[in-house]
Amino acid sequence: MLAADRSPHFASTEPFDPYSTEVMTAAQERYYMASQWRMMWWKLKRHRIAVLSGAVLLAMYLSITVSEILAPYNYQSRHADFIFAPPQTVHLFHDGQFIGPFVYGYNYHLDMRNLRRVYTEDSGKPEAIRFFCHGDRYAFWGLFEGDLHLACPAKDGTLFVLGTDRLGRDLLSRILYGARISLTVGLIGVAISFTLGIVIGGIAGYYGGWVDILIQRLIEIIQSFPHLPLWMALSAILPVTWSPILIYFGITLILGMIEWTHLGRAVRSKLLALREEDFCTAAMLMGAKPSRIIGRHLLPSFMSHLIATATLTIPSMILGETALSFLGLGLRPPITSWGVLLNEAQNINVVALYPWLMLPVVPVIIMVLAFNFLGDGLRDAADPYR
Amino acid sequence: MLGYIVQRLLIMIPTLIAISIIVFVIIKLPPGDYFSTYIAELQSQGEAVDLQKIAFLKAQYGFDKPIWEQYLYWVGGLLRGDLGYSFAYNLPVRDVVGDRLFLTVVVSVATVIFTYVVAFPIGIYSATHQYSWSDHSLTFIGFLGLATPNFLLALVLLYLANVYLGLSIGGLMDPHYLDAPWSVAKALSVLSHLWIPVIVIGLSGTAGMIRRLRANLLDELQKQYVTTARAKGVPPFRALMKYPLRMALNPFISDIGSLLPHIISGAAVVSVVLSLPTTGPMLLEALRGQDMYLAGSFLMFLAALTVIGMFISDLALAALDPRIRLSGGVTR
Repeated sequence: MLAADRSPHFASTEPFDPYSTEVMTAAQERYYMASQWRMMWWKLKRHRIAVLSGAVLLAMYLSITVSEILAPYNYQSRHADFIFAPPQTVHLFHDGQFIGPFVYGYNYHLDMRNLRRVYTEDSGKPEAIRFFCHGDRYAFWGLFEGDLHLACPAKDGTLFVLGTDRLGRDLLSRILYGARISLTVGLIGVAISFTLGIVIGGIAGYYGGWVDILIQRLIEIIQSFPHLPLWMALSAILPVTWSPILIYFGITLILGMIEWTHLGRAVRSKLLALREEDFCTAAMLMGAKPSRIIGRHLLPSFMSHLIATATLTIPSMILGETALSFLGLGLRPPITSWGVLLNEAQNINVVALYPWLMLPVVPVIIMVLAFNFLGDGLRDAADPYR
Repeated sequence: MLGYIVQRLLIMIPTLIAISIIVFVIIKLPPGDYFSTYIAELQSQGEAVDLQKIAFLKAQYGFDKPIWEQYLYWVGGLLRGDLGYSFAYNLPVRDVVGDRLFLTVVVSVATVIFTYVVAFPIGIYSATHQYSWSDHSLTFIGFLGLATPNFLLALVLLYLANVYLGLSIGGLMDPHYLDAPWSVAKALSVLSHLWIPVIVIGLSGTAGMIRRLRANLLDELQKQYVTTARAKGVPPFRALMKYPLRMALNPFISDIGSLLPHIISGAAVVSVVLSLPTTGPMLLEALRGQDMYLAGSFLMFLAALTVIGMFISDLALAALDPRIRLSGGVTR
């Protein structure tokens, strides 16, 4: 019987299923049953710049796993004949003919009047770049030896795409190796401040009362301190006798110890609000211990928000490390970070004569921007009201 | 209002005490002290050590006493205006620092003013022209300012100013004014050199402030009272200035609390690069040489500067917004 033929008082004799109105389509079901993280991912995907930034960061972090292969030279190999050599441009066409990527060799002479090294491109000397080739030897992650590179200079040629420094070391290789330190400083530092922020902010927010007041004052005091002078003072404490790797961990510890306050505040204010919720009271009445209530019930409900906040604190740590190393208070050679590389660009002569030594700032800017955009996107995605 | 001022003043005291303890711990933490390093250095060079003088200085500064007594001595001195003794310079800290503290204040205040003067119109413009190409490009420049390490920016600006404007490299005044007493010409020379550090230090703070003002103003502009005002025929400029802007200003003022530590941090590095005669370079030197009273006094001074700045911003906020005075709470 068609619906139109039914009388207005028609009652179906078929058995009635009270849940039939609540049956959802597959798409609806997928949407309503999605976990918090899945919803966040869907929202984040709509934020184009954040996704792009995430991809850039992922590529950068992947690159540090194979820095040795990506770099055309070993970061320590010196080329005494090519000190302060300017960047070589990669060409594709020689005399109007396509011969694949190559660089022109250098013509070198010493300007006796200014005692300046002058390098010019020798356009009659194309040096084809070799790919997947054997070049400088290196110890892969310090573990096993190798000499495979993604790209190498031609035999007896050079490949200084970003120029060389005062010892004739290839800047591109040094930047690629430096990424290993610069990128991890922020991560380890943020892990430290994350732990501190959750523990201290959690205690303040959960217990409230005088503990809260005390911790609030402490956070205020640390925040009212200018960070950089404080970092400078603390890193001056690190003994000179420490090995570079210990200094590295010391610096990350210092960065993390000061930066936790933002996270601590975020945790505290969220906990204060969530503490009053019914599910928390229920857990308390069932006799759950405070550590279980915080860790199992309260933290997961605002973890996404925390991660967004943490992402936004990484850039300030990276800039902090860069500034400290630039001043000579942070990491020291032979450890190579972008800040250490910039330490060479410390005076005005460099800007005037060897501007390519300032290039390590480019990855710093890209990374800081990427973390900022990704953090913004994550924050929006974690906000359930948007 | 008076009650509020007194209350805020009282809160400052424990804050300053806590900061002084932290500073003292930090300058005491490095192993050894200036004297042991100094004696070792002199002896390694085969020079005679004036042990008597060193013993006198040690006793004078209570190096043999328990640590809390040293702390009390140091803080007591600070309160009396005695900043301690710089071992590296062999002079009282007060004579070493000279104009530096004053010039630090000058640079910081100039930077705060720069930040406000620049961020204010740009923030309003970005909010009222949301998603226009000018808004996007301003946002982009702002992000670049946020992400560029300011010491490098300082170097590049310094070079450009030298090449195109013929400004002397580094410093806060022309070289021949260095030892001259303060005069109008010297002050003008300082002003003509001040803009580089002010722009460099202020850039990232300005970028952040533009973003916040824009966000706040956008929130306010969407509220119904703005629609009502427009519907009733209030001219657009007045409809913007009279209420939404005032509401958006609150965080703008309270922001000075987070802006000041930022500026002073930035100033410390930038002044090393630009060799400004402010506290930054000397602090760096003092930290490297374990000249503890010099370093401690500088750290204390910088921290006190931010605390006082926050105090002023709280007062300004209370004057601007009656709700804060009435509830009597601390605003931050």
